[in-house]
Amino acid sequence: MSMVSTNETISRQHGRSATPAVLVLFAVLVCLILVSITIGRYDLDVLKVIRILADNLIPASNADWTVLEEQVVELVRLPRILAAVLVGAGLAASGAALQGLFRNPLVDPNIIGVTSGAGFGGTLAILSGVFGYGLLAIAFLFGLASVMIVKVLASSRGRTSVLALVLAGVIISAFFGSAISIVKLLADPHQKLPAITYWLMGSLASTNYEDLLLMAVVMVPALAVIYLMRFQINIISLGEEKARALGSPVATVQWAVLGATAVISAGVVACCGIIGWVGLVIPHVARAISGPDHGRLLPVSILLGAIYMLLVDNIARTVTTAEIPVGIITSLIGVPVFAVLLRRMQSRGGWKSD
Amino acid sequence: MIEVRDLLVERGGRPILEGYDLAIANGSVVAILGANGIGKTSLINTIAGLLKPSRGEVHCRARIGYVPQLFDVAFDYSVTDIVLMGRARQVGLFGTPQRRDYDAVHSQLSTLGINHLAERSFNALSGGQRQLVIIAQALVSECQVLILDEPCSALDYHNQAVVISVLDRLSREHGMTVLFTTHSPQHALEIASDVLLMYDSNAFDFGPTARTLSEENLARLYGVEVRKAVFDDDKSFTYAPVFRSR
Repeated sequence: MSMVSTNETISRQHGRSATPAVLVLFAVLVCLILVSITIGRYDLDVLKVIRILADNLIPASNADWTVLEEQVVELVRLPRILAAVLVGAGLAASGAALQGLFRNPLVDPNIIGVTSGAGFGGTLAILSGVFGYGLLAIAFLFGLASVMIVKVLASSRGRTSVLALVLAGVIISAFFGSAISIVKLLADPHQKLPAITYWLMGSLASTNYEDLLLMAVVMVPALAVIYLMRFQINIISLGEEKARALGSPVATVQWAVLGATAVISAGVVACCGIIGWVGLVIPHVARAISGPDHGRLLPVSILLGAIYMLLVDNIARTVTTAEIPVGIITSLIGVPVFAVLLRRMQSRGGWKSD
Repeated sequence: MIEVRDLLVERGGRPILEGYDLAIANGSVVAILGANGIGKTSLINTIAGLLKPSRGEVHCRARIGYVPQLFDVAFDYSVTDIVLMGRARQVGLFGTPQRRDYDAVHSQLSTLGINHLAERSFNALSGGQRQLVIIAQALVSECQVLILDEPCSALDYHNQAVVISVLDRLSREHGMTVLFTTHSPQHALEIASDVLLMYDSNAFDFGPTARTLSEENLARLYGVEVRKAVFDDDKSFTYAPVFRSR
């Protein structure tokens, strides 16, 4: 009797890959995208936005909108909103994957130094007048380099110490922080310095379809790689030695996830500058909804990250007349959340240093 | 058959295991005893292929399931999630667990009699329950050899009895070869066909339990006087240390 019922629960769990939570979050995201398009100085209503967008698929016979309205929707607001969705999804997924990989809920691309490495690469590119795919490539190279240095510093005899990982992240961030300052010092104070400074604050303003394509080309495959390895990430979250004993290809998964994280960070940096803390905050909320299994955690994180980023960007572009760089808002939210999580972890016995 | 030939394992340039030669027959149950830090874990890690020896080789055709010492996990996985991870090889790099993987989990949970724990949170279980769950995790890999690192060390008498009888049953009913480390000669007497006594990095005794486990050898092993204690029924006995604290 008990065997039968357990069999049923197991198969029920088996079929739960597309949880209702994912559907609900997806619906929320779609609604939020539509509402976000209406927000701004030029007033639009949701129904008109839907008609303008639907026109691209099924051309409407009686267009009741002006050319200006169509341009506002399709050329000004939509690319920026889709960029926010992609940035949020990418950062949240890489945060969730890194937390699993290092079995610690307090790591994200920021903490392990990828963001600052990619940020330095981007700064260097702007100084040398390189943009677009060139900037992306340089940001990726430095992001990957910082990931490799951090991993090598934190690993010995096939195990990665989380404490060493975080400290190595501090070192790398400090190093690239100074390197960025040097680049700023060398930059032309009238032209490039303001560009670099504003870009480093992280902003989605002035995102066009070219930027969006650039980001999507690299970030979507990276997200796919992370999602495909969801079961192996589960196993590694037990600990490297245990995963190895179970026959998991630990090194391959680690490097693939770290590489994908570097790609995602570089994509974000190339289009929007430095946007931190999203990868730390979102997976926590997601884990409360989906549980720790990455097969469910990753989709929920991706959707929540997109929703969060879109909300934050809406705040960034509407609260004051001058835009607030979105990176500032994510930090202002992320840092206190980090502090609370750290406090809660300490009261549960602190984090394990290995 | 597991064959270990002329093994040399070093840590920080210092040999931990030197000149180990062992031949372990299929279906045997081997208890490994030795003082703390003598290299028991290094030896079983080397046999399981987790540690590379500096010299010598380990031959084992069969798939090995490895059960580490009792652990906590960082995230709140269910028992099913944890056991499912034992299917790492079958699922592969980009795969996800399929029907047959869940079936394997279910059947091993039944074998160990812990079906009712399937949906419970792993971290919330007692030590004995967690030990059974991680044994199930090793078993779902479809291994023929089970290597366990101190499977009873953190357990009370009742749970020791449960784990020891599970190992005995796996060997008798499923033909599993079992290697486990322990600090209790009683565990070896109960179920081990053979014992390995590790005195030093290059000195050991390996042989049938009845012949190898003795007061002298145990005294040499731990540097403490060990006596044979016969139970009242006169049929069985155990070895117990004599602590001279007074």
